[in-house]
Amino acid sequence: MSILYSPTSMQGHEVEEGKLHTISLTINGVRKEIQVLPWVSLLDALREYLHLTGTKKGCDHGQCGACTVLCDGKRINSCLTLAVMKEGSDITTIEGIAPADGELHPLQKAFIEHDAFQCGYCTPGQICSAIGMMEEGKAHTRDDVKELMSGNLCRCGANTNIIDAIMEVKEGGKDE
Amino acid sequence: MSTQPLIGQSVSRLEGHLKVTGKAKYAGDYTTSGLLYGYIVNSTITKGKITAIHTEEAKALTGVIEVFSHENKPSLAWLDLKYADMDAPPGTVFKPLHDGDILCNGQPIALVVAETFELARYAASLVRVEYEEEHFETNLKNNLDKARAPKIGLATLLKPLPPKPVGDFEKAFNQSYAQVEAEYCHGTEHHNPLELFATTTIYEKDGKLTIYDKTQGTVNCQVYVANVFGLSFKDVRVISPYVGGAFGSGLRPQYQLFFSVLAALQLKRSVKVMLDRHQMFTFGHRPPTIQHTRFGADKDGKVNALNHSAFAETSQFEDYTEVVVNWSHMLYPAENTLMEYKLVPLDVYSPLDMRAPGGSTGIHAIESSMDELAYKLNIDPLELRLINYADRDVSVDRPYSSKELKECYLQGAEKFGWANRNPQPRSMKRGNKLVGYGMATGIWEANRLPARAEVAFTKQGKLQVKSAVTDIGTGTFTVISQIAADELGLLLGDVNFSYGDSKMPFAPIQGGSFTIASVGTAVREACKALRKKLLKKAQKMEGSAFADASIDDVVFREGAMYRKDDPSIFVKLTTVIDANKGRPVKTTNFAVPNVFKLKKYSRATHSAAFVEVEVDEELGVVNVTRALTVVAAGRIINPKTARSQVLGGMVWSISKALREETISDYNLGKYMNPNLAEYHIPVHADIHELDVMFVEEKEEILNELGIKGVGEIGLVAMPPAIANAIYHATGKRINQFPIHLEALL
Repeated sequence: MSILYSPTSMQGHEVEEGKLHTISLTINGVRKEIQVLPWVSLLDALREYLHLTGTKKGCDHGQCGACTVLCDGKRINSCLTLAVMKEGSDITTIEGIAPADGELHPLQKAFIEHDAFQCGYCTPGQICSAIGMMEEGKAHTRDDVKELMSGNLCRCGANTNIIDAIMEVKEGGKDE
Repeated sequence: MSTQPLIGQSVSRLEGHLKVTGKAKYAGDYTTSGLLYGYIVNSTITKGKITAIHTEEAKALTGVIEVFSHENKPSLAWLDLKYADMDAPPGTVFKPLHDGDILCNGQPIALVVAETFELARYAASLVRVEYEEEHFETNLKNNLDKARAPKIGLATLLKPLPPKPVGDFEKAFNQSYAQVEAEYCHGTEHHNPLELFATTTIYEKDGKLTIYDKTQGTVNCQVYVANVFGLSFKDVRVISPYVGGAFGSGLRPQYQLFFSVLAALQLKRSVKVMLDRHQMFTFGHRPPTIQHTRFGADKDGKVNALNHSAFAETSQFEDYTEVVVNWSHMLYPAENTLMEYKLVPLDVYSPLDMRAPGGSTGIHAIESSMDELAYKLNIDPLELRLINYADRDVSVDRPYSSKELKECYLQGAEKFGWANRNPQPRSMKRGNKLVGYGMATGIWEANRLPARAEVAFTKQGKLQVKSAVTDIGTGTFTVISQIAADELGLLLGDVNFSYGDSKMPFAPIQGGSFTIASVGTAVREACKALRKKLLKKAQKMEGSAFADASIDDVVFREGAMYRKDDPSIFVKLTTVIDANKGRPVKTTNFAVPNVFKLKKYSRATHSAAFVEVEVDEELGVVNVTRALTVVAAGRIINPKTARSQVLGGMVWSISKALREETISDYNLGKYMNPNLAEYHIPVHADIHELDVMFVEEKEEILNELGIKGVGEIGLVAMPPAIANAIYHATGKRINQFPIHLEALL
């Protein structure tokens, strides 16, 4: 079943600057259809149209990484991506990281255990980014992980705890 | 199995599950049907007047609801006092849309409300503004002739002005065996919490407002909104359970709150206003400050003359002050002192407390001057601190309530390996990198403010605790729950702490490292009162084995009350509630510090920071390869979250010393790098080995919990320790923060 999502107050009318597009995305395993104008970012589509607010807006310019999601398995800044560009894509947000049985993903558990966040605002992006990074297979050492995670800022200064958490999950904490 | 005491245990954050699954909701995450979106238009000039504002083109777009400016704003409170918040400095508070006057660049001048965020943002670009520009000044260095003493106000109570001179500084300094004299400065810094400032105002059916706001003070914002918009306090509810960092930026109600509420009330609709990153640079910042020190010591290293002067920026409308120059005499008991602090009003927005305000500024100058003095005297920098160690705060002639700084120095030096340091600059190398060790002292005030707390024990066996306090990522939720659980002898899972809501009992704004000392103490006192109430209820039960017991004769553990003299006699707390016809037993307490007792002591948290840097001589690149901060902060309730707080301060130290600064164009009067690509903060690759140690410190004066707070102390000692390490590595003394690589080439 496909469901039409639109912003709560738009009442379906077209805005004169452009035409509404109906796009189809698979979000956390569920196919969804939304109506958006071409200028809506994937980040705003997730947050304002689908009410998946776990993905955060920290700069809207691709500078902080708080909006990182997995798109067809690859990590991307959802604020730098227009929703209409992702027609047919498979998107995983922080809400879809934990398996359906309710258990947390090992990285989520490690983040809690290592106190890898304080305010928690960069956390969804850090977790999605780290999962994407591990898939890429380019990080072999702790220094690699630090370098490849540097697109995700943390202003609380939880950096060492974040890297500790990732290293624990990745190869049991050892440099390869 | 007893879990007590929970105080002292490294409990993981109780909200951790919500934060790692994206379920924790922040101010901008709330929605409701028919939600409208607001986007703010900011002034593009620095000083002058709006002569015309053209909104027709924006309003003509389908889906744009309204554009608010000073021309069509409703009648609002006109008394300045109504706009004053708990953190307002002396002066005239900024009133959004008050008139067409422009006081600083980026001042909010209009709000576009539309059906979608994208449309509001686009329409805002169509608002045309005509201005009449006036001459302005934003350069601190060029305006030092305008420096004057700060005005005194309520805020001065927590931020004392410099102490009066002692002895004869000039004479003592001139006769000193060793003298150092230097100028220190840092530019503007902005808080940049990762969460964008947002307010979602829900316009309820009965016209009441439920406001989700990014703030460090729910009650502060509730009072502000009610006063400004002429509403009854009970019709305004401000909620902020999750706050995506703040670091001081949320101590005052920020303008997105004003605009969101204004639109909601005028349109009788729910409105969300989320600021862009660049708009966060338009309110509140750490003020640029220029400091001058002259320190003198005798042959044995005894400091006998201290002069510390500072010129700090403020706005033209408020006198924001910091405690910058009071610290050196608290640390080093010189007999001759001269401390001066002056403000230079410029055409900028008012500065605002930013993590370790004043302390991190002043200690930079003090501790780098001490390092320089150590070299002049040919004494080890750590030894020089020990020679001048003060057991008493001679600056106000009072004892310290507790002070284990010496242990910080000694244990820190041991763990860091300070003894391996060759004192000669440029003497240590690793490959082609110069290696330097530096150390410095930290001090931060340990305050406590009045707070209320409500506690109730329910028939389900749960302890409900309530306070309006926020948790900005500091761990407040977890730590308060630990304190409450211990008082009633409960499992952590049996404590429900409700917070971040102005409907809850009063809490002060969350800042200054005083939250747990204030709210934690209030919760503890409320729990103590609840224990007495529970005992009384138990005594009224038929055949009570507690009839003759006083509160000192009983102990609370495992959800029951036991007689101390015969632990086989107990009553479950839920049985007591059942006997109370199932009604919860409840109490509300207002905890006020004993000012007369506290006034007899100086109260401070201390630290020592040890830093190793590597400097690439050819490229000038500095890496903080390892650092240790040793803290004496009384009792540590949760070592895990406290350590994270200090680690955060250490990352901020690296940022302050080597990375972050807001760059001004003084010709335009505006900030040039208002984004996270050009406002540099450390990334993961910049952060290496960081270590934190807490030394034992028995604090018996400040509060019954024996705690001091750790939010700021991590950012006080380490920035000068980095500068000192760079000197040791390179032989170059750079006194301007951040230290750029070109300064080392």
